[in-house]
Amino acid sequence: MGTTYIGQPVLRNEDERLLTGQALFTDDVHLPGMLHVAFVRGEHAHGRILKVDASAARSRPGVIAVFTAEDLGSYWQPGPLLVPPPPIERLTFHQRTQVPLAKDKLRHYGEAVAAIVAESRYLAEDAIADVIVEVDPLDAVVDMEKALEPGAPLIHEGLSSNLAAHVIQEKGDYHSVFPGADVVIKKRLLYDRGTAAAMENRGVVAQWDAAGQQLTVWDTTQAPIPIRNGLARMLGLSESQVRVVAPFIGGGFGPKIMMFYPEEVLIPWIAMQLKRPVKWIEDRWENFFATTQERGQIHEAEIALTADGHILGVKDVFVHDTGAYDPYGLTVPINSQCTLLGPYNVPNYYSEFKAVFTNKPIVTPYRGAGRQHGVFVMERLLDFAAKELNIDRAEIRRRNYLSPGDFPHNHQIIYQDFAPLVYDSGNYAPALDKAMEMIGYEKFITEEQPRLRAEGKQAGIGIVSYVEGTGIGPYEGARVTVEASGKVCLATGVGTQGQGHFTAFAQVVAEQLGVEVKDVRVVTGDTREFNWGTGTFASRGAVVAGNACHAAARMVRNKILKLAGEILQASEEELILEGGRVYLRNAPQKAITLGDLAARANPLRGAVKPGSEPGLEATAYFGPERGCTASGVHALILEVDPLTMMVEIQRYVVVHDCGRVINPMILEGQIQGGVAQGIGNAFYEQLVFAPNGQLLNASFMDYLLPTASEVPNIENAHIETPSPLNPLGVKGAGEAGAIPTGALFAQAIENALREYDLEICEIPLSPNRLFDLLGERVKQNIEISISHE
Amino acid sequence: MTMKPAPFKYFTPASEEEVLALLTQHGYEAKLLAGGQSLIPTMNFRLAQPAVIIDLNRVSGLTYVRPGDSGGLCIGAMARQREGEYHPLFAERAPLIRETMPHVAHPQIRNRGTFGGSIAHADPAAELPAVMLALQARFKLRSREGEREIPAGDFFVGMFATAMQPEELLTEILIPPLPRRSGWAFKEVARRHGDYALAGAAAVVTLDEQERCREVRLVFLSVGDGPVEARQAVQELAGEIPGEEAIRAAAETAAAIDIDPGSDIHASAEFRRHLARVLAMQVLHQAFARARRA
Ligand SMILES: Cc1cc2nc3c(=O)[nH]c(=O)nc-3n(C[C@H](O)[C@H](O)[C@H](O)COP(=O)(O)OP(=O)(O)OC[C@H]3O[C@@H](n4cnc5c(N)ncnc54)[C@H](O)[C@@H]3O)c2cc1C
Repeated sequence: MGTTYIGQPVLRNEDERLLTGQALFTDDVHLPGMLHVAFVRGEHAHGRILKVDASAARSRPGVIAVFTAEDLGSYWQPGPLLVPPPPIERLTFHQRTQVPLAKDKLRHYGEAVAAIVAESRYLAEDAIADVIVEVDPLDAVVDMEKALEPGAPLIHEGLSSNLAAHVIQEKGDYHSVFPGADVVIKKRLLYDRGTAAAMENRGVVAQWDAAGQQLTVWDTTQAPIPIRNGLARMLGLSESQVRVVAPFIGGGFGPKIMMFYPEEVLIPWIAMQLKRPVKWIEDRWENFFATTQERGQIHEAEIALTADGHILGVKDVFVHDTGAYDPYGLTVPINSQCTLLGPYNVPNYYSEFKAVFTNKPIVTPYRGAGRQHGVFVMERLLDFAAKELNIDRAEIRRRNYLSPGDFPHNHQIIYQDFAPLVYDSGNYAPALDKAMEMIGYEKFITEEQPRLRAEGKQAGIGIVSYVEGTGIGPYEGARVTVEASGKVCLATGVGTQGQGHFTAFAQVVAEQLGVEVKDVRVVTGDTREFNWGTGTFASRGAVVAGNACHAAARMVRNKILKLAGEILQASEEELILEGGRVYLRNAPQKAITLGDLAARANPLRGAVKPGSEPGLEATAYFGPERGCTASGVHALILEVDPLTMMVEIQRYVVVHDCGRVINPMILEGQIQGGVAQGIGNAFYEQLVFAPNGQLLNASFMDYLLPTASEVPNIENAHIETPSPLNPLGVKGAGEAGAIPTGALFAQAIENALREYDLEICEIPLSPNRLFDLLGERVKQNIEISISHE
Repeated sequence: MTMKPAPFKYFTPASEEEVLALLTQHGYEAKLLAGGQSLIPTMNFRLAQPAVIIDLNRVSGLTYVRPGDSGGLCIGAMARQREGEYHPLFAERAPLIRETMPHVAHPQIRNRGTFGGSIAHADPAAELPAVMLALQARFKLRSREGEREIPAGDFFVGMFATAMQPEELLTEILIPPLPRRSGWAFKEVARRHGDYALAGAAAVVTLDEQERCREVRLVFLSVGDGPVEARQAVQELAGEIPGEEAIRAAAETAAAIDIDPGSDIHASAEFRRHLARVLAMQVLHQAFARARRA
């Protein structure tokens, strides 16, 4: 069968609703009698709570109730461990999860202490100042290396140190490499990340229908089904009594997969206690503390190579800051550990990390989820090696690529999905060639750069590679139904936060059922519509849910052809399913529409054949044996103003391989958005914590997100190396744009400022940081610039 | 934690007289609401909790832009900042303001934000106060007691602080005409387009017939508690022919002696000094070039 829709830039089904304001977001839910919650949040990063007195708040007019940890009784429980540590030998892991309301101790700034419920959000906020929270402040643990020093303040009593985890993974024997090594390079590298800053903050609305004994919860979660299951368990309800809806969501990026957030535990409970609907919408300020973030790692890394630039081995020892709690287990540092290996053949690898608790907001995956850190370390090591060995930067990468014959390639360490890190497929050199051609790598270096330099312009070029583990299990499901209207309904359990699911999934189904993409109505993120699933994370929607849609559509296709064959008295080989109808290849006038078939499959009288099911409907599940590995090359040309240290990006090229492309337009949108976040990470965004653990830039005035003026248009190209692990041959693409940007940026800045012999070993950068790195030499630029005028 | 303002009383006077009466009555308790681009965020964060809001948006007769005496310009306090870019009188009579405007926030904010609001707010990182100082603007203040006019140099007295009394209303900004053979320039360095600057500089210069400096004003923003005039640097230039060497030396003096910038998470004092030096050179250079051509 030729493809009709897969691979086409089909316009998005959901855009009309989004652009005309018809899409329901959590804050759009208005219910009669609804109450509003504001939280009292701790104003110390570390301290012992001596007293919480809410009596004045409770008597303020308009306030319905105030809940503190004491008021929750046995409902007060630390949250679940969302991801247990993978089965790695000699692994240490200390589980400490967040609590619904702080009881005895504050462990990061902004932890919720009390929930105020009032007739309006205004009134609830008025009452915040009424609540007296007495705290005995303790020294805060902010520096992740000092956190492990003896005598550091203890964040979790009951542990002997602030160590959250210790993991060693090894492949081959790193120490065996030294006899053959011509060069060994050792660096200390620092990579810090920020907050996802989704356009929509979090929010929860809950309604308890006492007569119907039904709880409905609207939640900005990326994982509605697990939230439903957990809430039912905590509240002592049957899963069938709880409906969780994740409506349209203004961006997820990972932090919204975290569960359970304290507010998700509390709002439904409060609705049941008070028997009135309750709404809480996170404000931007809260989002900087109460929503999870990513954060710093410090790597002591070493690479050994031969004189011709072949990697013999890599050793990396790092510290990972996990924040005040570790509910998401080890996903982020394990991703760093595994993604470091990149598209390269690394015969010997020693990787060790310590995760540490600090008095900062919780760390969980945010787009890229630790992969950035690993890619930064490896790409920087290769850059330093290229310089030392006098090999071109692109060339040293090419020499170390795994070749197409090396797949499946087993890296012999354990990945975040608990399975060995095995790359399913890949073909790296063509992406490198394509990127070099698109950005004009050779010409820039030999012609343009010298010309620009002669004009006093510090322009630089960068080129880096990376891989992205995507599409991990366990499973997702889908149900496809052809309705009597001839239109198709597709339900799946994953939530959607702007990824274009309403279109990409519809394309997969439309392809099988011979209908138009707009005639496939996609329902996602509503537990009443689909009962099983895990969620939208790890670039897995298209891979796992997409293949479930494909499987269900195949089954329905078979039902359609079988029934049509019976009605048209033809064998299935003689039938064509196309344009919403089935007809005979040799006699197209003999036809029946899908609508008629659906009606015939679900008769009101008469009998359905024994052994058959009514309707044209099927449910299917897909669970890959392991994740599939996407890859890519990013290239960049930028210019640094030698006087002000401002950086302007001139061109940005992405050549990307995520297997078979379902919708190139949606894919390009994903890449563009990811690169924007990558640029923010590289040069604009940084969470600045004071020594007392206070976040100094908790607003968009001081936390600088790149805007349309700072982000260039990305030039895209695709290489398609289909994954053998799923029938569609797709790999994930959600995080690709964001992963290598820091490494790329550092390389291009070094190249632009070549004569300064800079070594950039850290991200994020800023004009001020560049000024500090260049020191006195910047000031001399003033002389240079005058002579150019 | 908070995104809604604390309770307040809200008045919508229709005339200046009504505003002045309300100001007399409520004084320190009250805040005037102009474009709201600075006031409303601080109220939503509950950093400001005024008990009374007096909305100026329905007051008639405050939004004008009109020619002043002998080539000057009069700007009503409620004229939107956007006028600075598009009203032809700015191009004609106050080109420095026109050149500066695109650096003030974003078009959406300039559509609402007013000249009076920006000046009364006196943010040390704001562009307009520095430009007003460079242009030697004068401000008309009215209260129930009467009207007074105050030069920009006496108006800005510190961080978010002005010489205005709580019961006073800023009604008009007067921009005097520039003498013959004058030039001007504005430059700033901001992290992102439209951000408050890490540092900025405005220069207005006048040459005499021999191409010597007759008058120079160099004003910085974001390097102190308010707009900062480079007095020492300007003295060095007085009477000189402003060649590259003289400009370089003046910029040095300005950055080293005339300013005392602070450090924050975006820029250290040292970086700000460096930027101030670079900007001073650039604006002086450009302003003198324009003056020579004039
Ligand atoms: C995202 C963003 C970015 C911004 N970036 C910049 C920037 O780069 N540069 C910059 O300079 N500004 C910037 N601003 C601020 C903007 O320019 C504001 O418009 C300006 O500071 C205040 O003007 P307003 O009319 O909005 O005043 P309001 O916010 O309404 O009032 C500000 C203050 O002035 C007082 N006031 C207002 N009018 C009068 C009057 N006639 N008499 C006496 N007192 C009065 C008010 O009581 C209040 O205290 C930014 C704002 C935002 C939201």
